[in-house]
Amino acid sequence: MTQKTEGGDVRLSGISKTYGSFTAVHPLDLTIPQGSFFALLGASGCGKTTTLRMIAGLEDPSTGTVFLGDKDVTDLQPYKRPVNTVFQSYALFPHLNVCENIAFGLRRRGIKSFKKQVDDMLDLVQLGAFAGRKPHQLSGGQQQRVAVARALINHPQVLLLDEPLGALDLKLRRQMQLELKRIQTEVGITFVHVTHDQEEAMTMADQVAVMNGGRVEQLGAPADLYENPKTTFVANFLGTSNLIEAEVVETAGEDTVVTCGGSKLRVPGERCASQPRSGGKLLVGVRPEKVSVAHADDAGSVAIGRNKITGRIVASSFIGVSTQYIVDSPACSDFEVYVQNIERDARLVPGAEVVLHWNPAHTFGLDADQDIDAGVETVEESA
Amino acid sequence: MVVIRWIRRNLVVIAGLLTLAYMILPNIVVMVFSFNNPKGRFNYAWQEFSLDAWKDPCGVADLCGSLSLSLQIAAWATVGATALGTMIAFALVRYRFRARGAINSLIFLPMAMPEVVMAASLLTLFLNMGAELGFWTVLIAHIMFCLSFVVTAVKARVMSMDPRLEEAARDLYAGPVQTFLRVTLPIAAPGIAAGALLAFALSFDDFIITNFNAGSTVTFPMFVWGSAQRGTPVQINVIGTAMFVIAVLVVLGGQLIASRRKNNAQPQ
Repeated sequence: MTQKTEGGDVRLSGISKTYGSFTAVHPLDLTIPQGSFFALLGASGCGKTTTLRMIAGLEDPSTGTVFLGDKDVTDLQPYKRPVNTVFQSYALFPHLNVCENIAFGLRRRGIKSFKKQVDDMLDLVQLGAFAGRKPHQLSGGQQQRVAVARALINHPQVLLLDEPLGALDLKLRRQMQLELKRIQTEVGITFVHVTHDQEEAMTMADQVAVMNGGRVEQLGAPADLYENPKTTFVANFLGTSNLIEAEVVETAGEDTVVTCGGSKLRVPGERCASQPRSGGKLLVGVRPEKVSVAHADDAGSVAIGRNKITGRIVASSFIGVSTQYIVDSPACSDFEVYVQNIERDARLVPGAEVVLHWNPAHTFGLDADQDIDAGVETVEESA
Repeated sequence: MVVIRWIRRNLVVIAGLLTLAYMILPNIVVMVFSFNNPKGRFNYAWQEFSLDAWKDPCGVADLCGSLSLSLQIAAWATVGATALGTMIAFALVRYRFRARGAINSLIFLPMAMPEVVMAASLLTLFLNMGAELGFWTVLIAHIMFCLSFVVTAVKARVMSMDPRLEEAARDLYAGPVQTFLRVTLPIAAPGIAAGALLAFALSFDDFIITNFNAGSTVTFPMFVWGSAQRGTPVQINVIGTAMFVIAVLVVLGGQLIASRRKNNAQPQ
């Protein structure tokens, strides 16, 4: 079970996919390090599943090459690739029981002594008692684990997971996230995980590639993507960001100084995705949990050197661990702030005048030439 | 009042039982009269109980010959129509090609055409082609009209099949042949079986098309029709009853196996 598979990284070199005049995936280069848990994150229709299917061989790339280690597998049929897939709908064979489903791959390769391996697999996914059942007699979570076992038993170089948790309810999804992570750590196989759930991607993956419109917007570790988004899409799609359009006043020092709605804000120069020019525009961003709220009466007590903007609370909602405020300010009409419920200030109710302040180091700057609302999720995904 | 209330409460059951009786009564008549010992040539009035016909089912000249011929034709027509129909069904569901919509409608043409007209036209066709009427012309005709039913039955099944299952098989080291034999065929099997049973039943008791195109060959339905003019031997009822009993046993056996392997059952 713990045997390390030889083979090395998955390398996609300039692969693209077009259907007629529609381009699902623009030429993209991607290296997925061996043994990593890699997530392709994006909204539906962003090309993430197509990319996955090209690695599996279920889709022929229009251009480009797929490498497994040093081997070019672009023209290899799916049944000849050392890659296995966990499908979104699980695609368990309805006419075979759990045991037969799991043994399918081994038997097709003519391996006779599969009994022991199947038992080991059943133990790994904790389904020993269900070996004789048919897929439709299992719950969603159990089916999902059979699908994982059926793929993993073949010791693929890469395991591809296409929205494997999409059909599960929230609680089960959390549980399976941990389970998958545990299995990945245990077997040490490269996992490529496609998902539209940013939280899932951040919890599970070592590396996340955020995809949008058939392109990779940004690639990096979850914390890096969250703290240093390079585009508005990433800033909005991963968590929530307050983005303010501001004018650049000064770029001389370490910090860039900008103004918006009468407030002066400082952005660390190295956290600007594009080189700001004096007199130009910059999108200034800050995450809602980095911001503190003070009542206007206490404005004097806010430390000097912090970024400050004033505004009025429009709405507040109590979430238990935190309270979320929507603040209307001259700089930004719906500034979101999450405040931990440690000491609650009774004056902070809708209508109250407040000062929002945060450490300038937590500010990031983005190129102003892009859609400020890109990646904002308006409707919860139905998948 | 009590009676009315009772009727009202059990209306569904009563209606159900009456409908069932409506369907089963003719079958019971066939069975009962297979034990008759008629006076004269016609088996239309009940006389007395007798096992004579059951002891000698082939006692009437040409009866068993025609039965055997009908069974052979039905068997071959089933094989032919099922093989062709299954392929057509897969092609229509799985592939996008020009005239696919038109073919989809054309498949229903033999079902929609009045059988007598079809039969007469087929005869015209065979005569013009100079074909010798007999076993082969009947078989060709039967495969033709069974096809539509097989296609319809298999298509319904294939349409409900998740194409990801075949992708999963390919992903799990099954080549095209293995994928078809191990995944596609077993999952499509209930639809194919339904189509095959339908084809067998339709072919076995077809009279009109067969009568036009059989030449001097006589199938079982033609034999029954012919003998009905001169008097109906009890053996006809014996054969009918036997077929009925066999069919019921097959169905019961199937259900028994299905309930034994309940786990095996797929949600239909």
